[in-house]
Amino acid sequence: MLEFLQQIVNGLSLGAIYALLALGYTMVYGIIMLINFAHGDIMMVGAYVGFFSVTMFGTNVLVALLVAMFACALLGVLIEKVAYKPLRHSSRIAALITAIGVSLFLEYIMIYIFTPNQRVFPAETFPLYNYHLAGLVISNKDLFVFGSAIILMIILQYIIKMTKTGKAMRAVSIDQEAAVLMGISVDRTISITFAIGSALAAAAGVLIGIYYNTINPLMGIIPGIKAFVAAVLGGIGIIPGAMVGGFLLGMLETLVSGYGSSLYRDAVAYGVLILILLIKPSGLFGKNTGDKV
Amino acid sequence: MQEMKKSWGKFIIEVLVLTGLFMLVQYAVSNELLNSYYQINLSSLCINIMLAVSLNLINGFTGQLSLGHAGFMAVGAYASVVMTNMMGQPFIVGIIAACLAAALAGFIIGVPTLRLKGDYLAIATLGFGEIIRVVLQNIDYVGGPAGIVGITQLTTWPWLFGATVLTVLVIVNLINSSYGRAIISVREDEIASELMGINITRYKVLAFVIGAMFAGLAGAMYAHYFYIIKPGTFNFMKSFDILVIVVLGGLGSTTGAIIAAALITVLTAALQKWAAIRMILYSLALILIMIYRPLGLMGNKELTTKMFGKIWGEKK
Repeated sequence: MLEFLQQIVNGLSLGAIYALLALGYTMVYGIIMLINFAHGDIMMVGAYVGFFSVTMFGTNVLVALLVAMFACALLGVLIEKVAYKPLRHSSRIAALITAIGVSLFLEYIMIYIFTPNQRVFPAETFPLYNYHLAGLVISNKDLFVFGSAIILMIILQYIIKMTKTGKAMRAVSIDQEAAVLMGISVDRTISITFAIGSALAAAAGVLIGIYYNTINPLMGIIPGIKAFVAAVLGGIGIIPGAMVGGFLLGMLETLVSGYGSSLYRDAVAYGVLILILLIKPSGLFGKNTGDKV
Repeated sequence: MQEMKKSWGKFIIEVLVLTGLFMLVQYAVSNELLNSYYQINLSSLCINIMLAVSLNLINGFTGQLSLGHAGFMAVGAYASVVMTNMMGQPFIVGIIAACLAAALAGFIIGVPTLRLKGDYLAIATLGFGEIIRVVLQNIDYVGGPAGIVGITQLTTWPWLFGATVLTVLVIVNLINSSYGRAIISVREDEIASELMGINITRYKVLAFVIGAMFAGLAGAMYAHYFYIIKPGTFNFMKSFDILVIVVLGGLGSTTGAIIAAALITVLTAALQKWAAIRMILYSLALILIMIYRPLGLMGNKELTTKMFGKIWGEKK
């Protein structure tokens, strides 16, 4: 029982990271129906910005997190303007291929500039403490990762539910044409969505850097796909779904690698994906909408 | 009736051109006019054509977005190597095993997933493709993550050429048959085709299985040319590579797929010299082509001899 709880605790921090990433996927999909394959790589860029902010400018982790989020928000908007906007009215598969192109571009430009080598987050930026609570071991890393993710999600909920921008985002995702008629600037709303999604990805990147200690230019691929699975699990396009899906997937993965074979860890994520798609394709939180003839 | 006469003439020309092409390369290969660098690229070209044309049947003609093509290629590659290297069977047995195994995998995956539409289907096939890879990684009999090394090189030019021509011919003839018209009608409008009495699931699965089968054939050719196979080669990035070729050529254009396969193979080979920035240029090219030609090079049109006539006519 204790071991099970310990696995759950470990899974929570991984789940928080997946949830942050899944939010970006789901927001972008909700608004322009694009599977943004470059999302995981934006996370990687965020991790690098955080890394250099810590190592070159000696900032603390919290500042690094904010710097990375700001930088990636700009990057996200730039990518949307340059690569996705011209394709808004062409076929979705063309946009998908462009997203793959952007993903490859980010990966290989980072390899070119910073070499493919792994970089280690210096240990002194985040001294490790372990707290013992009723037999469970909880590190300050876990707390930091989990805490920052939760705070960011609360801020996101506030923006989406309470502000005018959030209202505009919801409106555009429900019906773009009607939103235009109501005087909402669709371009601006899409840009803001990309900015917020990318900032969350950057935060996830810095948190992954802290969590796993190492970063490299290809680190975004696997978490990117996993986070995408999480978004589908919760129901793609649905924001609370992405959070729940992220946490569920994180915990499930830790449990499988804790009790079973870590080699099958990746297969579990995809197995979950297939099951949910076959049983309830609209995801845990999704509503079934029939085809209109 | 005129059509019939024309098609006979066309047929003879096609046979002559193909035989000529085959003999030319065969002559070059057997007299060692082509060094190994060109031979490797020639094999990649043929394998890419097979993969692209077969994926185009699923994505382009049937309109079902599949992102798991590399998985079927892996099934074919492993099945053929198990037959030839491990059980000592001749190459042809390996090839047949590859086709059957990949078709079976296509059937098993296709039946449940093809109920899904659009993005959901894409994600499900991506998931299945990755599951195939992870499962292969965990089977010790086929070497686990390290894969199989030291495969006898059995893929020669006649095999490659034969397999490529077979793939293209079967798929082109399928598309031009009544089955093909049903498949295309499913792409254009599922509800309308259902109303016309077309069993849409059956045609979707049929296209999926045939596409998977030829991916398996390509896998067998790949495995017996490059000596080594490992699960990591067949990850979703490989599926994306094939998808890129198909979309670049134009969804639903077989000649487009062939041209794009040639273009991508040449581009990859040419960029080899600048290894450091190869992928950067490749990705930039991809983005630019999609922005300026979102329908691909050919759209859904085919390159025909008639079109050549037109172009020459205009130039005069």
